[in-house]
Amino acid sequence: MSRLRDPWPDHRAERLLGAVSLLVGACVIAMIVFVGVRAWPIFEHNGLSWLGPGGNLETQIANMQATSVNPPASAYHLNAWPLVYGTLLTTSIAIVLGTVIAVLSSIFIVELAPARLRKLAIPVIRLLASVPSVVYGLIGVLVLVPFVGNHLVTASEKNSVQNFVELTGAGLGVVVVILTVMITPIMIALICEALMAAPASWREGAVALGLNPLRAVLAVTLRAIRPAIAAAAVLAAARALGEAVMIQMVSGGSSYTPNFSHGALIFFYEPLRTLASAIVDYHEGLGAPALRATLYAFGALLLFSAFVLSIAGYLIKLPLRRYQVRG
Amino acid sequence: MSVYAPQLETGSPPTSKRGRRSSPWTWRWRDRLVLACAWTAGLGLCAIAAAIVLYMGYRGIEYLRPGLLFTRPAIGQSQSQTGGILDPLIGTALLTLIGIGLAFPLAVACAVWIAEYGRPSWLARVVESSIEIVAGTPDIVLALFGLSIFQLGLFAPLSFRAEGGGVYGRSFVAAGAMMSLIALPPLFAATRDGLQAVPEHMREAAFALGKTRIATIRRVLLGSVRSNIATGVTLGVSRIIGDTAIVLLLLGETLHIETQGPVPVVDLLRGTGSTLTSYVYDNSPAGEGAAPQKAYAAAFVLLVFVLGLNLLVERIGRSRPAPSPLTGR
Repeated sequence: MSRLRDPWPDHRAERLLGAVSLLVGACVIAMIVFVGVRAWPIFEHNGLSWLGPGGNLETQIANMQATSVNPPASAYHLNAWPLVYGTLLTTSIAIVLGTVIAVLSSIFIVELAPARLRKLAIPVIRLLASVPSVVYGLIGVLVLVPFVGNHLVTASEKNSVQNFVELTGAGLGVVVVILTVMITPIMIALICEALMAAPASWREGAVALGLNPLRAVLAVTLRAIRPAIAAAAVLAAARALGEAVMIQMVSGGSSYTPNFSHGALIFFYEPLRTLASAIVDYHEGLGAPALRATLYAFGALLLFSAFVLSIAGYLIKLPLRRYQVRG
Repeated sequence: MSVYAPQLETGSPPTSKRGRRSSPWTWRWRDRLVLACAWTAGLGLCAIAAAIVLYMGYRGIEYLRPGLLFTRPAIGQSQSQTGGILDPLIGTALLTLIGIGLAFPLAVACAVWIAEYGRPSWLARVVESSIEIVAGTPDIVLALFGLSIFQLGLFAPLSFRAEGGGVYGRSFVAAGAMMSLIALPPLFAATRDGLQAVPEHMREAAFALGKTRIATIRRVLLGSVRSNIATGVTLGVSRIIGDTAIVLLLLGETLHIETQGPVPVVDLLRGTGSTLTSYVYDNSPAGEGAAPQKAYAAAFVLLVFVLGLNLLVERIGRSRPAPSPLTGR
């Protein structure tokens, strides 16, 4: 104790703190290495072709589960296109919807809402961001899925695709709705910050030239913060890619690829699975080496995508610095 | 006054602020449409949040009995026999404790080093970006990473071990360690931003009094960023208690908290259990158990915690005193 009370030598404190900080860096490297090593067999046997279509994913995974401790090379055969497709589909639709809603509601919060309403709206929307994903999933699976299944999907729609898939209500539509609600608050936080940081004089100049206040915001401020909007969308995409538990609960849990040619409405009722939700689905089978390598390959792909997206977000925001707008 | 007033009245454009403002009803219809959409989007999101809270509150009051909080879960045929949520509650508390206990020193040390020392600067940049990478990593990937680490023979004593000697890598320590990675980024960011906002003259005053850098940090700076750290801890806690994926993969999802080994505290840390989130998941139709009433009750408790933490963040943010320029307190 007395040693602690003595003033620390400065250089020792600096080294200690630096060492602790490096621990975090080491942790990230360890994460990349460990996930990469365990995913390696899949890349070794399939190259990058496991991302593509072909074969039946569910039988491939059943094969992997069936093999023992020393799987033959054929057990590593994998075509995970349904999962990649499901991830891309849910993420991109949710991002498009979320961006529109987030931009509109940011304008509402920053420019339109009366001060009292704004004070109420900000914490309420922040709450949406902090609701645990399992609660979203629970509401989805107990409220939205039965509602869609019982009231929205008609019998004729069920019959029209009964040869391919059973429509229970769980599927793309519910996933996209909940995912949008989950990622919109993240985007709103970033867009609001940029809207508030944009110089008011630009907008005032536009109003002085005769634009109405809303058009001034749309034409001048929104244009100036376009990089911030793009960065917000990219960061939200990283969040949407990694969402596992909620999607596992409401997506219907089958490696089906929703097919637009069945009709636009049916498309949104069809079940699917994403990379992250597949990890949750099959985590009981981590004991089988082939399936373990597969799940780690999904994880490695998610890690890589999140990494690329965060670099993209950083690069997109660079031009904002030119205007001294922090976003 | 009498000179200017007549001129103002005769001037054709109205000069009062109210009159000059254009009313939305005179705008083009496209602008009015955007206006309506913006109001709808903003109010709609608020309505969704209110609906979630009200619905969960309704279900919670319907199904949550005080006794549920104090009885242990049990195996039963019907929902009246499956017991309460005591073990998940303890599991959540324990995981939060371990996660914050590990994340707190790490995050504060990183933030202090980056904000106050940060030499060499490329290394500081590397540390900062690696924390950003951790922040962007999906929790399910962190769970896989934790599994691969704690299944190493080196860490075998830290987790549940099967009869045959296989290492499962599932325990409170394993889950808590990964939870600390989840809590790290918000805690780090809050502390760093607080330190960077401390005015430079406070440091200079401390140096002028002969304090070393580390003494300044301990006596002056950390005291003045207390509320930032508190906000960070609250955000970290709310992320930990809301996380499901790590619990599913790393905590073993056992019904009861099961201890491993003879040593009193260590056996708990090495043991397996469940949390509120995994309890909700297991009892929903997505898990194997079909006990929606219990799932609603546990989810309500979870939501109450999250709401409380949110209010706490608001309150800390609002009550943050402007640091007095002299003492920094």
